[in-house]
Amino acid sequence: MQTLLEVDKLTKVYTQGNLLARINIMAVDRVTFDIKPAEIFTLAGESGCGKTTTAKMIMGFEESTSGVIRHNGKPQRPNEQVWRTEGVQAIFQDPFATFNPLRTVDRYFFETVWSYKLAPNRKAAIALIDRKLKAIGLSYEEFAGKYPSEFSGGQLQRISIARALLTDPKLLIADEPVSMVDASLRMSIVNLFKQLRDEFGVSVLYITHDLATAYYVSDRIAIMFRGNVVEMGTVEEVLMAPKHPYTQLLRDSIPEADPKRRWQGKVILSDLEQEEYLQQGCRFAGRCPHVMPVCRQAEPPDLQVKGTLVKCYLYSEEDAANQC
Amino acid sequence: MEHTILKTEALKAYYVLDLYGKAKVVKAVNEVDLDIKENEIYGIAGESGCGKSTLLKTLVAAVEPPLRVVGGRVTYRVAGVDVDVATLSDEEKRQLRLEFIAYVPQGSMSVLNPVIKIKDTYRDFIESHISAQQKAGAYELARDHLRELGLPVTILDAYPHQLSGGMRQRVTIALATLLKPRLIVGDEPTTALDVVVQRGVVQLLKDIQSDLRNTVVLVTHDMGVHANVADRIGIMYAGKIVEEGTTERIFADPQHPYTKYLIESLPKFGDKTPRDSVPGSPPSLADLPSGCPFHPRCPHVKAICKSEMPPSLRQADGHRVACWLVEDGVVVSQRPAAQVSGEGTHANVA
Repeated sequence: MQTLLEVDKLTKVYTQGNLLARINIMAVDRVTFDIKPAEIFTLAGESGCGKTTTAKMIMGFEESTSGVIRHNGKPQRPNEQVWRTEGVQAIFQDPFATFNPLRTVDRYFFETVWSYKLAPNRKAAIALIDRKLKAIGLSYEEFAGKYPSEFSGGQLQRISIARALLTDPKLLIADEPVSMVDASLRMSIVNLFKQLRDEFGVSVLYITHDLATAYYVSDRIAIMFRGNVVEMGTVEEVLMAPKHPYTQLLRDSIPEADPKRRWQGKVILSDLEQEEYLQQGCRFAGRCPHVMPVCRQAEPPDLQVKGTLVKCYLYSEEDAANQC
Repeated sequence: MEHTILKTEALKAYYVLDLYGKAKVVKAVNEVDLDIKENEIYGIAGESGCGKSTLLKTLVAAVEPPLRVVGGRVTYRVAGVDVDVATLSDEEKRQLRLEFIAYVPQGSMSVLNPVIKIKDTYRDFIESHISAQQKAGAYELARDHLRELGLPVTILDAYPHQLSGGMRQRVTIALATLLKPRLIVGDEPTTALDVVVQRGVVQLLKDIQSDLRNTVVLVTHDMGVHANVADRIGIMYAGKIVEEGTTERIFADPQHPYTKYLIESLPKFGDKTPRDSVPGSPPSLADLPSGCPFHPRCPHVKAICKSEMPPSLRQADGHRVACWLVEDGVVVSQRPAAQVSGEGTHANVA
């Protein structure tokens, strides 16, 4: 099957300190994944795991240190405006920061229409905007001439999705689109992604730390930890039968809305993020309940276990061979 | 039976603003009755803008204009004596804070002073409450306290920006519990944190609670956290507590349509059935709809909902609901009629 977006060994190194005392932090370390047409792919992990940096590199906002990003098999050039050439659009975390509070929201829509030459005149532009707004459950009359403060956070986030849809994108990059929205209104945004995938064939790169909505909405998921993808596969496999100890910890830590299933046991938190980034071998070794001496010496290989990619020594090459 | 430690009666706290000569009243807390016991974790849940944080401000007696308490009262039970908060002087309030009631705020970055080390913040806290002779021991007290909570002692020499978000939040909780308060009030203490870190912070709060056997009032919009820690939950909507009950009862058998939406909109693992958000958006507290404030969003709305606010009805097991549907005996959670018959026994406390 054809891939829409291919990310191949993408790496970003940030350097801290001066010439004499320099530390290199691998914010994104050889991240490899692909997104197929009409697919919702989730990139999940804690803050500081490199998921937003990955998104920024795909958007061309950040230059990669090494690695290749391919759109429909074509490599992305440095600083390429992928929103013009490849139909990639972004949705950001905070809908109140997306729009200027002193400008009416419809002006953003007209600006997009004119700069992409999507409509020849104002009447056609309004018809186009109205059509896109209908998809998110609003109409042009309800929204024309209003300022961002007149909408709720959930509405404004859906409006920002409608604006991204104006150019008929093939891929939406949504960076934490629900984390600033009330839990009671989150589903309206997540459902919208499903609808876009099913009705318009839009693919979504859904970046989140909320695994419950990730499970609900996505087809495949990659779990990132300190710059590495530690587990990748279908959501059923990864979230219902997690294999990597970090995924297991993450899955167990989600507070489930069920008083009968409360947290059991204790968690150990890392005191310093930086140490984990600089750690040799597996970066989770310091907190892993199944840690072995080999984990601290060399980085674990990527193994395919039952169709899921796992980066862990607990699984051996034989496991991978037997189960294939 | 545990004693009541914190009580509010028909509490009303409004923001009174003067806009171009026209008074604008934001009814953030509107007739709230709470009865919080010793040794319990009480959760308050609701959407943003429902008045949760304002309620907490009145509970800790940090009421500053434009916020005004316009009716009702807040009572603490300090050392066996009921104290009306409105009668306290500023000095008495200062004494009660930290020793009796402690507040854990949300944004830990803006709470800790960024230009002094954690140990200096500790010293400030200790010196404001401990007599001069004991001041020399302040550093030891801080160290012992951190060790007791299982936090690394080295953080005392760090500046706030050197700590991760989760560690800062745990330091904030450690500071709030330094003098072993009887009542800890947390305003979204885990919101902006990662799930694993959130679990660590909640774990710390729970450990402290079971150790001190005191009371925690926890405000968060995350129903998952409530399900995990709270003994009782109050659901807040537009400045009112619309439903209150034990955690088990709220999750197993929510009665108010709003509570039902809140719980059913949460995605669950292993269940991909389509879920819906609460329709519409929360009302503005400055311009509340008539009658029940939830009626414009309610799928079961009736004529009476639009004109009159339903009374808060207490049922036999202490469960409390303010909804006209429940009074009729037509409970919105479409259960068999046999189970609903118990509704007739409740007494009206409103």
